[in-house]
Amino acid sequence: MCGIAGIIYRNGNGAHRLGADMTRMLQSMKHRGPDSTGYALYRRPTSELIMRIKLADGEANGDIEYADRLRHRRREVEARLRAAGARIDSIEEINDYTIAATLDYDGELKRVADYVESVPGAEVLSAGSALEIIKDLGDAKTVGTSYKLDGYVGTHGIGHVRMATESDVDISNAHPYWAYPFSDVAVVHNGQLTNYHQWRRRLERMGHRFASDCDSEIIAVYLAQKMQDGASLEDAMRQSLDDLDGVFTYICVSDDALGMAKDELAAKPLVLYEGDDMVVLASEEMAIRAVIDREIETYDPYESEVMVWTR
Amino acid sequence: MDTVAPPARFDPRGLVELDERVPGTAEIDGDKATFDARELTTRQINLELRRLIYDLGVHEVTVKNPGAKHSLGVAILARCRITFEGSIGYFACGLIDGPEVHITGRVGWSACENMMSGVCVIDGNAGSLTAAALRGGDVVIKGKVGARTGIDQKGGTVIILGDAGSMTGFMMQRGRQIIVGDAGHGLGDSMYDGTLYVGGKVASLGIDCVPGDWTDADTEFVNRKFSIYGLGDPPPLQKFVCGKKLYNYDQLEPSERKLVL
Repeated sequence: MCGIAGIIYRNGNGAHRLGADMTRMLQSMKHRGPDSTGYALYRRPTSELIMRIKLADGEANGDIEYADRLRHRRREVEARLRAAGARIDSIEEINDYTIAATLDYDGELKRVADYVESVPGAEVLSAGSALEIIKDLGDAKTVGTSYKLDGYVGTHGIGHVRMATESDVDISNAHPYWAYPFSDVAVVHNGQLTNYHQWRRRLERMGHRFASDCDSEIIAVYLAQKMQDGASLEDAMRQSLDDLDGVFTYICVSDDALGMAKDELAAKPLVLYEGDDMVVLASEEMAIRAVIDREIETYDPYESEVMVWTR
Repeated sequence: MDTVAPPARFDPRGLVELDERVPGTAEIDGDKATFDARELTTRQINLELRRLIYDLGVHEVTVKNPGAKHSLGVAILARCRITFEGSIGYFACGLIDGPEVHITGRVGWSACENMMSGVCVIDGNAGSLTAAALRGGDVVIKGKVGARTGIDQKGGTVIILGDAGSMTGFMMQRGRQIIVGDAGHGLGDSMYDGTLYVGGKVASLGIDCVPGDWTDADTEFVNRKFSIYGLGDPPPLQKFVCGKKLYNYDQLEPSERKLVL
């Protein structure tokens, strides 16, 4: 089933309590997916590259070599970041198995991401000047609290609560997906894609890597490829309606825009609120009401609709 | 007397309240009652509605601040009047038999699903699958609706003042729909029977849905429904019915057919 949510504040000063708002929205949709919860949060772009790296997928804490392995992987990741030509400004230890590296790097993003992921077990969750992806098992309250998202201030973001239907329950298979290797693009998806394997093979031949077996990941990589070929976010999303088969509603975000697309059967829900101060969209109106506590005008987009808002 | 409510119980994943106490917070004035649903769970709201309508015989209930919660006002089987001041989520007023419901906001997916009789007037927009498997009664939506309105409709009337999404009247078997706005792709796809009236543009007709001949009975029906709900003069409408080419009306079972032949 899954629940998706997105929020973009129209007043783009970047001083909105994005983390707390998103947690409230996702928590109210917990019944749509209790397996894992994820956030893609944006703040005002910086001149540096922020890279969130997962060192392990929540492996059993009872393993006595776990801590050693993480230490070793972290050392390796740092070494390979430097080898790729990045200068490490700082590394924040988010938890045992996640780090956020702030880098000074102006080369090709794919190169540095591939260098990091050549460390066995390491995965780049997100990379960009404004984007940070946070995802883990459990509901929004659990993830929001353990990653201290309550105080996160930002400009726009998306979130996802997952009920696994197509692939495993772990962090790699949790949404949102970063559109590897395209900076600052992320996707959340509710639905099932039926031509997943065709697109995965096609995109792999173009040199893209897939971090999971989840069908939703191809949406992110597909859009990234189209944008690399010169399409705008909106055009790429429109083309996806023809190219992707199955039932889906997805939300895609870049550093300054947020867009939604719905398949031609309109089989998956989405409710929209367009206000003067913000645009909020979610699988259920309950989630919108979790951040706007008054009677509001909302509506469902129709089939094959693509809408994009800029901040 | 025990006045402290026990803590709400949830299943192991914390998803559903298994057991709930009737809140009993309504203010009752004669045969009218009002209560605030802001702090109540779905089950508490429905239990309170049942207490008022079934146990106390209240005829007019107003629910304030429903907060887009799901499954409100479901399966009320008595003649009464219920007003929701605000929006409701999914499965609003499903399975009802008798009530006159007024929702001043919007509804999510599957409102009035399997409704048997009564009236449901929705002032705002509605999601997809509105009036799915409707059996009787009238559903009036003053805004627009999503896809597959009246899928598997078996009776009753759906009136939509705005636009309707794709596959409206999909597989409908009986009943009528009046769509004042535009209709999406696949209107009346695979319908067996029933009538669709459309005032605006039709993006495309579904399989075996064909224009029908307008009769005086159609004029009388549309005028009557519009006057009941105070919707003014009806606009010019086109009529669509089943072409009856898609399936065989032969009522015989395969084994019986062999005997006849």
